[in-house]
Amino acid sequence: MREFQLKLNETQKIRLDKALQQIQALSSKNNSSAFASVIVADTIPVNHEDGVLKGHGTSDLDGEVVATLCGVVERVNKLVYVRTLRARYKPEIGDIVVGRVIEIVPKRWRIEINFSQDAVLMLSSMNMPDGIQRRRTAVDELNMRSIFEENDVICAEVRGFQHDGSLHLQARSQKYGKLERGQLLTIPPYLVKRRKQHFHHLEQYGIDLILGCNGFIWVGEHVEVRDAMVEDQENKPDQLIKMSDRNLMSIEEQEQTYTPLETRKVICRIANAVRVVSSLGFNLTVEQIMDIVEMSISPNIEIHEMLGAEFYVQIAEREVERRSSAGKRK
Amino acid sequence: MEFVSPEGLRLDGRRPMEMRQIRGEVGAVSKADGSAVFEMGNTKVIAAVYGPREVQNRGQQMSDQALVRCEYSMANFSTGDRMRKPKGDRRSIEISLVIRQTMEACIMTHLMPRSQIDIFVQVLQADGGTRSACINAATLALADAGIPMRDLVTSCSAGYLNSTPLLDLNYIEDSAGGPDVTVGILSKLDKVTLLQMDAKLPMDIFENVMQLAVEGCKAIANYIREVLLENTKQLEHRRGI
Repeated sequence: MREFQLKLNETQKIRLDKALQQIQALSSKNNSSAFASVIVADTIPVNHEDGVLKGHGTSDLDGEVVATLCGVVERVNKLVYVRTLRARYKPEIGDIVVGRVIEIVPKRWRIEINFSQDAVLMLSSMNMPDGIQRRRTAVDELNMRSIFEENDVICAEVRGFQHDGSLHLQARSQKYGKLERGQLLTIPPYLVKRRKQHFHHLEQYGIDLILGCNGFIWVGEHVEVRDAMVEDQENKPDQLIKMSDRNLMSIEEQEQTYTPLETRKVICRIANAVRVVSSLGFNLTVEQIMDIVEMSISPNIEIHEMLGAEFYVQIAEREVERRSSAGKRK
Repeated sequence: MEFVSPEGLRLDGRRPMEMRQIRGEVGAVSKADGSAVFEMGNTKVIAAVYGPREVQNRGQQMSDQALVRCEYSMANFSTGDRMRKPKGDRRSIEISLVIRQTMEACIMTHLMPRSQIDIFVQVLQADGGTRSACINAATLALADAGIPMRDLVTSCSAGYLNSTPLLDLNYIEDSAGGPDVTVGILSKLDKVTLLQMDAKLPMDIFENVMQLAVEGCKAIANYIREVLLENTKQLEHRRGI
């Protein structure tokens, strides 16, 4: 099994096993009817009289519907498809993703988003830092590196597939753009559910949490919507010098980019919470992460202890409680 | 040399038609998209699948299907005599090719155009039948990676020694110089995707030996299905609603 490498002592092992068994019992009780796991080459039972639409992960074999993936069978009216677990990210229009710039090519950035190909962010499909709507000139093209460089982590929205099959992104709002001063975590994308809200500002800690649909999670210091960028543009010559020589930053600037120790600790705490949840294979939600962070703060658990065996077991047990109470309410 | 004793037992105590113990486990490499360990007796193989991902070498990109690549290697410590083999010797190139072709036959490459799938297999312990074990491990890893496949490919070898067909040869039997038939099948579609033999056999005996190997493949397929189903169920349960 995909088990995290942990040194569990005997009691912890028993507690963890028990918790995981309870989870299994709960979930099979809650949705026993809709629940149908299939693996590659399993026949999916369908009623041919009603007519069937074969969706993703299915194929036709002598009139039977056969799965081509491992996952769960989903039925929507006539449509039958297999929802995979543990596959790469499959983009849908409007998804919010976090990605990494890997290459700058004329008029566009190539961005890694855990999809089967690199995504493309056109210079023309993002708001200029100065906020003016205008045609992009050759000068803008030359200054692309001042917006995003290679290896920058950015956040954008999926715009759609172009005719040639490439995936395009857009960043037409202040909330999208470069992410700085924080941590990027990669988790399996199926653990992130599509919701209305993917940007979370955790006010009590001053942290921004972005749950990218592609399984890239950003935990970083909260940034106000960037007015600073406008200033930067005004004194551009300065900025370019700054780029070339970061060591010679003035003291004020260093203060500006300095993240207080407290904030950094909270970032680590949240990041560890995400790590624990994803390695246990639980669905990732903000409420749950916040719950875990609070749970770790109150009994004074050190940040590094959050990745220790004891904490894993506690989280698993807590998840059992949460799910069983949620089940009762239904 | 006597490979089957008068009592009908082989050197390692198996019956002629008995397979070694098999064990499969998915999720051995955490950073890979899919991974698996597969054991057949003392033969132990690890496989990792990366992809579908952006094609590294633009020239190889295909606009209508995915590029499948495979790399087979043997760990230095996998055999008794610790030989330093140069990477990319003829044997491993050949096996890489065999595995690639076998897997490509079952992956639905047309669903993932302009991308590439990398399969890495490494032999951790070699005791005969590494080819088969590699294919089985690769199947598990591909299924774990969520790559659409027509069917599960499974592979098993069989041989013919002391006028007896033997299933799943180990190293001693393999190096006896007798015929070694490696078969790979798609169990549901009942099709053969791989057939290799490196000696001569009369036609009627060959059919028996091959039939034996196919039976072995089916047994392995059943086991692999169990492993995958268990894994899928567990992932879904863990995830919750």
